[in-house]
Amino acid sequence: MIEIIRIIIIVLILIGAFLSLVAAFGVIRLPDVYTRNHAASKAATLGVMSVLLGTFLYFYAEEGHFNSRLILGIIFIFMTSPVAGHLISRAAYNAGVPLADVSVQDDLKTKKGSQVSVNQEKP
Amino acid sequence: MLEVIVQISLLCISIAMVGLIYRVIKGPTIPDRIVALDAIGINLVAVIALVSILLKTNAFLEIILLIGILAFIGTVAFSKYLEKGVIIERDRDH
Repeated sequence: MIEIIRIIIIVLILIGAFLSLVAAFGVIRLPDVYTRNHAASKAATLGVMSVLLGTFLYFYAEEGHFNSRLILGIIFIFMTSPVAGHLISRAAYNAGVPLADVSVQDDLKTKKGSQVSVNQEKP
Repeated sequence: MLEVIVQISLLCISIAMVGLIYRVIKGPTIPDRIVALDAIGINLVAVIALVSILLKTNAFLEIILLIGILAFIGTVAFSKYLEKGVIIERDRDH
């Protein structure tokens, strides 16, 4: 039984490290800030949650120590990291950071343009 | 067996952090740097968890929660500064 749990711990930690590495490659190679934010805020979050779950299982199985702070850390990172990604992406769009040259569609720009035209027609 | 795996994972996360530091230095705009710094903070959480496995101690596990909270607050403050120019707004009634 303990061997199975060890194998699960090893697999979780390796998946977490691999996902963090993939997130870093995405942040290096993708063309603009929105795609980089997409890579960083999703892959890094899942990777770190996997590593923390492996750590929790390690302390629970090997030392019989139920650590509730790790569970709280997993839940906190799961809640706050996408929110932080959304906030910084919205701040980048409102600060006027352009999209990459290969992107073809900008729905938010057309929506804001129509709102501006409606506001200009009012007075 | 487990210690070798943990050391390999630490190496992978270190390479990932070096790549993110490259993006912090080179990043063409300010939001690029903030995204990379947020990801570095998230990766630091994983480093602390793996080091506490390696040292067989549970004394560092509060730091995980602390770094998560600090990274979130820092990113929210930076994005609010980028969007509005101030972090804490003044009250308009006075």
